[in-house]
Amino acid sequence: MTNITVDGRLLEVDDSDNLLQVLLGLGEDLPYFCWHPELGSVGACRQCAVVQYMNEDDKRGRVVMSCMTAITEGAIFSVQGEKASNFRTSVIENLMLNHPHDCPVCEEGGECHLQDMTIMAGHRDRQYRHLKTTFRNQYLGPFIGHEMNRCITCYRCVRYYQDYAGGDDLSAFASRDRIYFGRSADGVLENEFAGNLVEVCPTGVFTDKILSAHYTRKWDLQSAPAVCTGCSLGCNITVSERYGQLRRIHNRYNGEVNGYFLCDRGRFGAEYVNSDDRIPYCGIRNTDGIYEANSAKNTLVHVGALLRDAKTIIGIGSPRASLEANFVLRTLVGEDNFYSGLSGPEAEIGSLLLSVLKSNIKTPSLAQVEDFDAILILGEDTTNHAPRLALSLRQAVRNEAKNLARDARIPLWADAAVRKLAQDARSPMFILTSSDDRLDDVGIPSRLNPDDIALAGFSIAEAINSHAANDDADNDSRINIASIVEALTNASKPLIVTGSSSSSPEIVKAAINVANALAKHNDNTGLIICTDEANTLAVVSLGEKSLPEAGAAADVAIVLENDLFQRFADAAMEDWLEHVTNLIVIDSLDNSLSSRSDVVLPAATFAEAQGTYINNEGRAQRSFGAFKPKGDIAPSWDWLLRLCHGQDLLQDVQHIDELLRTIAEILPELALIVNAAPDAGFRDHGQKIARMTHRQSGRTAMLADVSVHEPKQPEDDNSALTYSMEGANQAAPGSLRAFTWSPGWNSNQSINKFQDEISGHLQDGDPGIKLFTGSSAVAHFVSDKSGPGSGNIRIRVVPRWHIFGSDELSNKSQAIRSLAPSPYALLNPNTAENLNVQTGDALKLDSGDAPSLPVSIEDNVPDGCVICPVLETTRAYLHLSDGVLSKDDDWTAPDGQEDVIVSDRRP
Amino acid sequence: MIEAIISQIRTLWTVFLHSFSRPETVQYPEQMPYLAPRYRGRIILTRDPDGVERCVACNLCAVACPVDCIALQKTEDEDGRWYPEFFRINFSRCIMCGFCEEACPTYAIQLTPDFEMCEYDRQNMVYEKEHLLIDGPGKYPDYSFYRVAGKTIGGKDKGEAENEAPPVDVKSLLP
Ligand code: SF4
Ligand code: SF4
Ligand code: SF4
Ligand code: SF4
Ligand code: FES
Repeated sequence: MTNITVDGRLLEVDDSDNLLQVLLGLGEDLPYFCWHPELGSVGACRQCAVVQYMNEDDKRGRVVMSCMTAITEGAIFSVQGEKASNFRTSVIENLMLNHPHDCPVCEEGGECHLQDMTIMAGHRDRQYRHLKTTFRNQYLGPFIGHEMNRCITCYRCVRYYQDYAGGDDLSAFASRDRIYFGRSADGVLENEFAGNLVEVCPTGVFTDKILSAHYTRKWDLQSAPAVCTGCSLGCNITVSERYGQLRRIHNRYNGEVNGYFLCDRGRFGAEYVNSDDRIPYCGIRNTDGIYEANSAKNTLVHVGALLRDAKTIIGIGSPRASLEANFVLRTLVGEDNFYSGLSGPEAEIGSLLLSVLKSNIKTPSLAQVEDFDAILILGEDTTNHAPRLALSLRQAVRNEAKNLARDARIPLWADAAVRKLAQDARSPMFILTSSDDRLDDVGIPSRLNPDDIALAGFSIAEAINSHAANDDADNDSRINIASIVEALTNASKPLIVTGSSSSSPEIVKAAINVANALAKHNDNTGLIICTDEANTLAVVSLGEKSLPEAGAAADVAIVLENDLFQRFADAAMEDWLEHVTNLIVIDSLDNSLSSRSDVVLPAATFAEAQGTYINNEGRAQRSFGAFKPKGDIAPSWDWLLRLCHGQDLLQDVQHIDELLRTIAEILPELALIVNAAPDAGFRDHGQKIARMTHRQSGRTAMLADVSVHEPKQPEDDNSALTYSMEGANQAAPGSLRAFTWSPGWNSNQSINKFQDEISGHLQDGDPGIKLFTGSSAVAHFVSDKSGPGSGNIRIRVVPRWHIFGSDELSNKSQAIRSLAPSPYALLNPNTAENLNVQTGDALKLDSGDAPSLPVSIEDNVPDGCVICPVLETTRAYLHLSDGVLSKDDDWTAPDGQEDVIVSDRRP
Repeated sequence: MIEAIISQIRTLWTVFLHSFSRPETVQYPEQMPYLAPRYRGRIILTRDPDGVERCVACNLCAVACPVDCIALQKTEDEDGRWYPEFFRINFSRCIMCGFCEEACPTYAIQLTPDFEMCEYDRQNMVYEKEHLLIDGPGKYPDYSFYRVAGKTIGGKDKGEAENEAPPVDVKSLLP
């Protein structure tokens, strides 16, 4: 702690931060552009100027950039003084010289950092009388718009895109006032985290195209704090609505989870909420096999009768439905008849994760990942399967750079200096995967087939345990076990990353062994296991069984938000459906399973319903809906609760808070979920929390076309939030903060007013609560060497996830779909020869209805692997360890498309 | 006391004098009163000098409206021009304050001297874009927002707006 004087006030502050960060942390309003809490300082924009005095006698002082000023004992600054503020006013005037007259037609308007800072710095009238510089825009893909005229050359975009996110297709071009931020040619921005540019750029150069298509100003959005359902990481998002439609997803800061950034699947993948495929009302199939829309009441009566008459009722849960819904379904059908609906490997990996979370091995949060200094990735394609984790891993390898900087006594916020000093010095990150990984550029990649990855993992664990690399294992020329062992054992914080993206429980077991071996000597060892979906952990903690045995008959089967056709091969599904007399599906979108059902109940999506999600770190987070769903659409837990009441179950549960308490009572393991967010009784100074901003417009006109008599705002009994502008919003805890706004700070950067320190935790604690703690030792696994892989020419289908296209729901969003790959089978020449195929042929995954995959041959694919994309059509076939691969003789390449197989978006 | 009495008498005198002044009251509706062009009555949406809808759907009028009686939705034509997909004013709520006109950056929304908006059915007080949009530019004949703004629209390329230099050649090597 160091003493400084700011505007005559004596302050005690942290000297590891720069002055700008300290002042913002103190709640001071000081304008800035190029500094970003995660990107550090470069002193490019000159907007954060303050005056520093040598000593008490110094009356002149000198202008310094606060973001580039270290805190030194006894330093004297003037921040709001005339000299400093006049300087800042002239800086912003200069930055605005060429700024177009665009605010009314700019998507950033109303939440523009440039607008905020212009007002804060006191600039009003442009005095410059000459011509404005103009630029041509580029096409940057379906997600991001480009309007280069609005740039103030702060360089944040390229620093974020290149330095932070590792992209190489966005740069600064040209010189002087011609400086241009874009790509070398029009084209889709390649980086999977490009969407963050929308928030990183302080102006309207990069804007959200999805929002723009049905644009609404921030002040008109009705928002709620939600949790992304795109993968198992559970990033926090703000979901926003206008006129009954989802309008956009924005980052919601959580100091432990996503911080300031999301991935593009999460940010742009929620459009399915507005899809035409939504199931709008209840339906019952009549005796002619035709679907008939029906009222909620009739349908419930019908289902109630079915349930009463049925002898066997089974329930199939869902890894993408809320914990509440899964629990009520389990109660309705009874524990013995509840199935998780996960495919075999998915379920097994889920249980392994659960056992790790309950053991003494630590699972770090995404923020903590950045502190680990040696990383081993086993068979997990983070960028495509758990994207935001890849961004954290990319920062973790910078620990070496940070160490060098510390030794050289360079403050860590001096971003350019730290990067210059470090050059290519990185902490080790070993990437053992089957296909190219987007982290390869900062890691040490080895391409192996999944069985070999598992074997390598087991050997590493063994070597760590026995303090010596096993020579047998080391024979493998493709991978240097000894160096991995050495790096991991020498690290102060080693991290193992694995998951279900290879659909191989063996790999996960190997990873657990490695973590276990390391943890014996190093308490700081971390292990991350990523699962396929947002709530895998919730459904796994409710039931072990994945699907009823083949041939088991059921009078009624209730399937909750789960398109089983994407998890189980068609043949197995047909066989199962044959034995089900009445299939009841609760889901939000029409899919292969709902079209086979006898009754459909329309479920609300995450954007319209409240629910609890447990991420892969065991963190329970409450997600709230932004708006009331249309008509009879209701949250799944609500449908199921009504069915329970009809069957005299859970009678005393009328409210979601009672439901949560019941879950906590019945499943003591999950008891803490009650604390994931304040309950519906929460009040801030006697008020509920408003979902709408206090400036929300159009309230007396938006429904006036229907009736001039304004309806009462809908009420939300289930949460402490209101569907209204009435209520508090400034002092809400993070888990209930519907939108981020603070006077004078209209952009998301207002978050600095709500953090305990810049980039730190939220003032009232980060949202969510870690459910599991444990000290038990985790099981030690023995390599299943007899399994696939030990045989010589066994050819294995290896699933490969794609950030766009592999996730069931986001794939129903048009923009995401446009970037999804078409099916392919990627293999090396050897394997191709073994299978007797060449480019232009196709492989068939299964003898049944599985799709044909056009063959693409690449040298660097590991032997014995046929890499296939996880897509709606292929997913069910990729985890079948005994899947049959054969040449599809009937296949002919579609015209002119022989070589357009998108195996990776990177050229 | 004396002062108060004098004041009373002066008041009576002033009132008396008014009986001889020209009456302001007119025999409405047979006789129409004169209303200045800036009178705040029925709201219209105007077109720019080129005859194209002026409103760019920026939402500033809506947010300025103290009774929240304006609702609209932005959409875009194929050339990138923003315009309202729908534009609705609920005149049964409107207090004719003129804030919307003041907030509008394009002079699209203007108040007019027409105040005769009585309806038997309140529902008829809800005006959609087709009821609001007129054919001319209203009080401001010359202004066209898109001629000033930097955004490209059909017929106006980058660098063609007022005060704009031609687009930069990024590949130029000149110092
Ligand atoms: S970037 Fe900001 S200041 Fe510039 S036009 Fe857009 S909203 Fe206005
Ligand atoms: S594009 Fe945005 S982030 Fe990049 S330099 Fe310009 S203003 Fe800064
Ligand atoms: S990383 Fe996962 S949870 Fe986070 S935004 Fe992306 S898809 Fe959503
Ligand atoms: S302020 Fe003017 S341009 Fe903006 S929406 Fe209203 S009428 Fe249209
Ligand atoms: S924020 Fe300090 S110079 Fe840009």
